[in-house]
Amino acid sequence: MFDSLSSRLDGIVKRLRGKGRLTADDVDAVLQEIRTALLDADVNVGVVRNVVARIREQAVGADLSKALDPAQQVVKIVNNELTQMLGGETLKITYAGRPPTVVLMAGLQGSGKTTNSAKLARWFKAQGRQPLLVGADLQRPAAVEQLRTLGRQIDVPVFSEPGDPVNTARRGLEEARRLGRDVLIVDTAGRLAIDAELMEQVRQISEVVNPHYTFLVVDAMTGQDAVGVAEAFHQTLAIDGVIMSKLDGDARGGAALSVKEVIGRPIAFASTGEKINEFEQFHPDRMAGRILGMGDMLTLIEQAEQAFEKDQAEAAAERLLEGEFTLDDFLEQMQQLKKMGPLGGLLGMMPGIPKELKDAQIGDDALKPVEAIIRSMTPLERRKPELLNGSRRQRIAAGSGTTVTDVSRLVKQFSEMQKMMKRMGGGMARKGKKGKKGKGGNPFGGGMPDIGALLGGRPGGPGVFGGGMGPGGFPG
Amino acid sequence: MATSVVGAMEWIYLILVAVVLIFGLGVLLLNRRSARRPDRQPAPPAPRPDRPPKPADRGSAAGTAVLDRDADALEAPPEVPVQPEPLDEPEVLEQPTFRGRMSKARSALAAAFGSVRGRAGVTAETWDDLEEALLRADVGVAITDELLGGLKARVKAKEITSPDQLLAALRAEMTERLDGTDRSLRFDDSPGGPNVWLFVGVNGVGKTTTIGKVAKQQHDGGRSVLLAAGDTFRAAAAEQLHTWAERSGAAFVRGAEGGDPSSVIFDAVDSATAKGIDLVLGDTAGRLHTKTNLMDELGKVRRVASKGAGRVTEVLLVIDATTGQNGLTQTREFSKATKVAGDDASGITGVVLTKLDGSAKGGVVFAIETELGVPIKLVGLGETIVDLVPFNPTDFVDALFD
Repeated sequence: MFDSLSSRLDGIVKRLRGKGRLTADDVDAVLQEIRTALLDADVNVGVVRNVVARIREQAVGADLSKALDPAQQVVKIVNNELTQMLGGETLKITYAGRPPTVVLMAGLQGSGKTTNSAKLARWFKAQGRQPLLVGADLQRPAAVEQLRTLGRQIDVPVFSEPGDPVNTARRGLEEARRLGRDVLIVDTAGRLAIDAELMEQVRQISEVVNPHYTFLVVDAMTGQDAVGVAEAFHQTLAIDGVIMSKLDGDARGGAALSVKEVIGRPIAFASTGEKINEFEQFHPDRMAGRILGMGDMLTLIEQAEQAFEKDQAEAAAERLLEGEFTLDDFLEQMQQLKKMGPLGGLLGMMPGIPKELKDAQIGDDALKPVEAIIRSMTPLERRKPELLNGSRRQRIAAGSGTTVTDVSRLVKQFSEMQKMMKRMGGGMARKGKKGKKGKGGNPFGGGMPDIGALLGGRPGGPGVFGGGMGPGGFPG
Repeated sequence: MATSVVGAMEWIYLILVAVVLIFGLGVLLLNRRSARRPDRQPAPPAPRPDRPPKPADRGSAAGTAVLDRDADALEAPPEVPVQPEPLDEPEVLEQPTFRGRMSKARSALAAAFGSVRGRAGVTAETWDDLEEALLRADVGVAITDELLGGLKARVKAKEITSPDQLLAALRAEMTERLDGTDRSLRFDDSPGGPNVWLFVGVNGVGKTTTIGKVAKQQHDGGRSVLLAAGDTFRAAAAEQLHTWAERSGAAFVRGAEGGDPSSVIFDAVDSATAKGIDLVLGDTAGRLHTKTNLMDELGKVRRVASKGAGRVTEVLLVIDATTGQNGLTQTREFSKATKVAGDDASGITGVVLTKLDGSAKGGVVFAIETELGVPIKLVGLGETIVDLVPFNPTDFVDALFD
């Protein structure tokens, strides 16, 4: 696993502590780490060089605020810079005066063109438009069939005919006019960017349908080659925007930054899952944090929002803060949590998680003993763990294949946790108000509890919460 | 055992509570956000299913159909005929060379090495050029630092003085890192059930096509082959594989679209055993390695494959050469998912690197081999059957340099 940038910077931070102003050497040390982080995220070498140079300019001599440590301050500069680079002008879709508005999809083999064509069609439909999909990928076996299946799922008609892709595209345009569909999305065959023949074919299709928007689909897992590919397509087609696919993986997606920087076109959409509605307009601020490996609370929350039963979870959270959270609630939330993906991945997304914890290689199996213990309790015991006397504990240990010590530890920690949560419940009201100001601009801003602080002390030790919740692991 | 459980539990417990807590706060915050932003779609109340429901437009939900070589039992194909993938007759094709195919787009690396050679000696710029070239080839920061660190020491010790020597040393070093690994496809020909080779990987890397090519090569090499359409998710994946089965003279087993992939594999092994077929090639649906349940599903496929008489001798991870540093994570995660408890040899047994004929260099293989010890076994250098060739470290490194 990649180390998160923050843990990488730990050593440097210690050295810089107490300095009022960053020297060129200090900045170099920090920038070296940032450079590695960017390269690990597959940001193009050339782009990394430019970014680092720009950041150096801003960082040297920057006055240090007392509230932030110097490394964090540099990280903040980097984060802002990346957000700016990724953002800039956003792509606003304007519809053609004379419909249909034509969208051409291009990209490499396997980048996800067909799936994203359908996702885009669904998006247009949600905007109140009536799209028509055209399957002009006659190269890949069954690509058209795949598009038809997807079309059926979203109730969008699909046009295609065997033979010549250019002709299919032309006929598709006629079909859209005939049917009065106001958006036309043309899926094309994917090939290697250096395949002259295929590039010529997609150029001809573009000429025939004269698209208002040409989108390049880029796989988030692409490495250094992303830039070359984007340049090649941009030269042939004049790309208007990029669709990042497979952003639901754990790739840090440096390709997004590289492509944006090199062809100067915005990243318009991001595909965030296999489901057809997992497709959204791009959020540059989140991507910056992700590329830097700084964790991404907003993504985490959104994942949670999808995985958890919302009403249940909200009620559970309420009970948690009122100190009425039972082991049943806990078990239930744990099941929901499992749906969010591997625990290790979740930890990676949280800012402020101590490094040793991220490195602990926590498998999902680690949850099993906890689950087994709770499942071996009677409903009454789960509600009132204080009932658990020696013999009950022994029974539970036997039933769950653990030891009495394990059971006791769980019970003890649960009750301690309950107390802490209750204490925190009081602080919540204040904190909640503060969170309102966050406006979702910076994912590392206030409003989130600092897990670092939460886990800072040894588990079970006194005062884990110290002075309550600090701000997130990064400056807001 | 007991202590490790306790140790893990302490942390887990805290994390869970933290996550639950964060989620609670998250929900509260999001509620406020959605209140302000009416355009935001509310989250679906139900837990999301992992896969969108498939229209049940074919076959029964769970049944698998076993089709023979002549395949006349195949259901009528869907409305659009599946077009065959481009395929020339093998006998008119020459074996491709790494250099020939990989050198189509070599500008970045060649330019860097050219300017290294152009200097009178080894300077600071030399190191910058080399570093950039390696990084551009997706070799990754860690391996690049290791490679150049060793060379810097040798330059300092005056072992290496000229740019040509330096490049030769780098080339030797890179080749050496990949040398001495067994890259043969493992086949157990002792009497017993069929060998099973499973193909796994993320979406869009070229698994099905790779299987088709392997099927043809193995069949032509004298082994009887059965293709198992374990990708029951992607629309028309089974049709694509069936085309390959017909083309390569392999038997073919498929299940219902959206059905259980492990039952397809089980039936395939069963059928192969009954017919005395040597080799079962199992296709699986592309999946991101971050999707736990899909990775669990894959684990089940792997376990089920060796449940009957089947002997799983290869689990091949297919990786696209354009993949960056994520390739390392992919290998690690897929290996974990296909590990069978108590069998140290299980997990990913080899990597197939596809699409190496593009402009991407596939340098992540250095990290995959040296950090994870998983050998690269095959590489795809083009679209025809003969373009899938055994990985050759010397050729691969040479192609990066020349």
